[in-house]
Amino acid sequence: MTIETKDSKVVLEAVQSAVTRYGASQDELIPILNDVNREIGYLPGEALDELSRLLKVPKSQLFSVASFYRMLSTKPRGKHVLQFCESAPCHVAGGREVWLAVKEALKIEENETTPDGKWTLITTSCLGVCGVGPVMMIDDDVIGNVDPAQVPDILAKYQ
Amino acid sequence: MAIFRSHVLVCVDPVCLKKGAHDIMDALQDELVTKGLIDEIQVLETSRIGGCDNGPEIMVYPEGVHYVGISPDDVPYLVEEHFLKGRTAEKFVLKEKTFIDEELSAPTSKEVRIVLKNCGIIDPGNIEEYLAEGGYEGLGKVLTSYTPEETIDIVLRSGLGGRGGAGFPTGKKWQFCRATQEWPKYMICNADEGDPGAFMNRRVLEGDPHAVIEGMIIGAYAVGSNQGYIYCRAEYPLAIKTLNIAIDQAHALGLLGKDILGSGFDFDLEVRMGAGAFVCGEETALMASIEGKRGEPRPRPPFPAVKGLFGKPSNVNNVETYANVPQIIINGPEWYASYGTEKSKGTKTFALAGDVQHTGLIEVPFGLTLREIIFDVGGGIKDGKAFKAIQTGGPMGGCLPAEFLDLPVDYQELAKAGSIMGSGGLVVMDEDTCMVDIARFFMDFVQDESCGKCTPCRVGTRRILEILEGICEGRGKESDLDTLEMLCEQIQEDSLCGLGQGAPNPVVSTLKHFRSEYEAHIKEKRCPAKVCKPLIRYDIVDGPCTGCTVCARNCPVNCITGERRQTHVIDPDVCVRCGICMQVCNFNAIVIN
Repeated sequence: MTIETKDSKVVLEAVQSAVTRYGASQDELIPILNDVNREIGYLPGEALDELSRLLKVPKSQLFSVASFYRMLSTKPRGKHVLQFCESAPCHVAGGREVWLAVKEALKIEENETTPDGKWTLITTSCLGVCGVGPVMMIDDDVIGNVDPAQVPDILAKYQ
Repeated sequence: MAIFRSHVLVCVDPVCLKKGAHDIMDALQDELVTKGLIDEIQVLETSRIGGCDNGPEIMVYPEGVHYVGISPDDVPYLVEEHFLKGRTAEKFVLKEKTFIDEELSAPTSKEVRIVLKNCGIIDPGNIEEYLAEGGYEGLGKVLTSYTPEETIDIVLRSGLGGRGGAGFPTGKKWQFCRATQEWPKYMICNADEGDPGAFMNRRVLEGDPHAVIEGMIIGAYAVGSNQGYIYCRAEYPLAIKTLNIAIDQAHALGLLGKDILGSGFDFDLEVRMGAGAFVCGEETALMASIEGKRGEPRPRPPFPAVKGLFGKPSNVNNVETYANVPQIIINGPEWYASYGTEKSKGTKTFALAGDVQHTGLIEVPFGLTLREIIFDVGGGIKDGKAFKAIQTGGPMGGCLPAEFLDLPVDYQELAKAGSIMGSGGLVVMDEDTCMVDIARFFMDFVQDESCGKCTPCRVGTRRILEILEGICEGRGKESDLDTLEMLCEQIQEDSLCGLGQGAPNPVVSTLKHFRSEYEAHIKEKRCPAKVCKPLIRYDIVDGPCTGCTVCARNCPVNCITGERRQTHVIDPDVCVRCGICMQVCNFNAIVIN
């Protein structure tokens, strides 16, 4: 895979600014991890090392938290993250066909990243917009009423 | 706090300002003073109401009458008609509302809106609109007229039960927390609405955040807490933003912080965001997550009221529960208890989803039947198909068949029927749904979301999933059904938290009500709803097929053969059952057998 890993300076800066924002306390760990994850795209080992030093919490414990939550990733992700809603209302509304169309269009399976580092495909629990299912979320855009035939056009909008 | 019988909101959007909104405000103030109404009617500024094109515009509450195109000269007539004679001044009423809301339409006749009262009506970003709807009046009443014990008593008498799903009496919960002699105490709002298909809480947080905040402050006063947390799932970024704005505005008006409304009572509130873990909706897991740990549940007792967040007494209620509280205080417990059934009082919000005509949010009193909810409120099944089942209570709920359509919906009746209320997701399924596939689907979800701490849930649900997958793929054995039943029972009995205890429900209920479908899959290797791919085959019917070759050209595995203008044939051994041929055929010549 050719996904570029972020250089250490960027990672350390992201960690430090998040810790300054929330305060160096374990109670603030999840907001901090969320921010770093958003900034860098994932949580590199270096970020956890630095956090361990700043919060005085063992890295093992940080890793156990980071790997527990679905929105946090300890592995690099693609430029765009496609989160597919795998919940029942979307499933009943034809989600399965859309899911197959997405996998077909990206040529990857769940939790994989395209070789060019452009797309990561993951599933998400309910996004709470079930009235317009099937729903998927690309980065921060929620896309509802998706038809399998529209999938290539939707993906083409993201460069 | 002064109480007004009516509030007039004047839109001071730039468009309306240009059209003289301030002159209207002045004229209104003057006229109300002249008529001696200034102590009864309050004039407030507000943002856009939605009729700026015909501005200046005003909104009169509580009636909700929207007047447009008024000049200062019209004000005396308007005040006389509306506030003295009590008639609507028809000629200024806005005729056409252009705003359409896909999730929340106007209430149908069977609905009663208490929690959703303000959603879609007020601007959630402006606390003054909430105030104009009688907001924070309940808090004022509690802080000035009731002791904490009296407040708890009111909530107890209203019969309000926990809307997160269990229905435990809210007043009782507050009593327990109040009785614990240890400080600080924490007030927690569970806004981790993770049940697939449930989005009622999101809508309340986004549409009426102050109702939740006010309910929490009242609750905090009752249990004796000075610090609160709203734990909101990260999938709801707009709700988090709206809540933070609302908290800031409440602070600015002295409704949060030190010495609230001069009562000497302090309370502060913070929003905490999740990071995508379904199990965090379980209260002990939720508290672990606020503490910055893995969101894993722990055994109860000790209950949160004794040992909760940071090891201190805590009270956890959900969004809808808190949003009911201000209304109960203002209108009295008897008013609230007048809705609903003998044991389940009040109303419940539901998210209708699936194969129903009108998907979206509804709020109905307990006791309405499933039939009334699906057909009268929801408009029936889509595309004229037949009703097959309704799944209540989210992924830990059960699927009920048509025999239960006349079941009155409340906590007790649903439990008797083998399902649960849950947080209020209702997924309607039509005749094209395979119930084995649905059970497999829910098990897949549970398996994904199981936190892994206890074995029955972690391993047991995996075994169930494997068996269900086998049945869906045509590898089912007759002994599978007994094994499933045994596994379900063990997981229900031995799991640590509600997730595991409820996990087998979709399997148990489908086994009970749709056993013949399981048997068709196992004995006849047939999927009656034609959903399970390995058990179906696509065929081209002689006659309708014109030999246009569209199917053959679109088939991804090239398994369709035939001459132009001749009936084509699908090779079932190569076919991957993707269904593309059926989608592209213009002559309905492809059928599933």
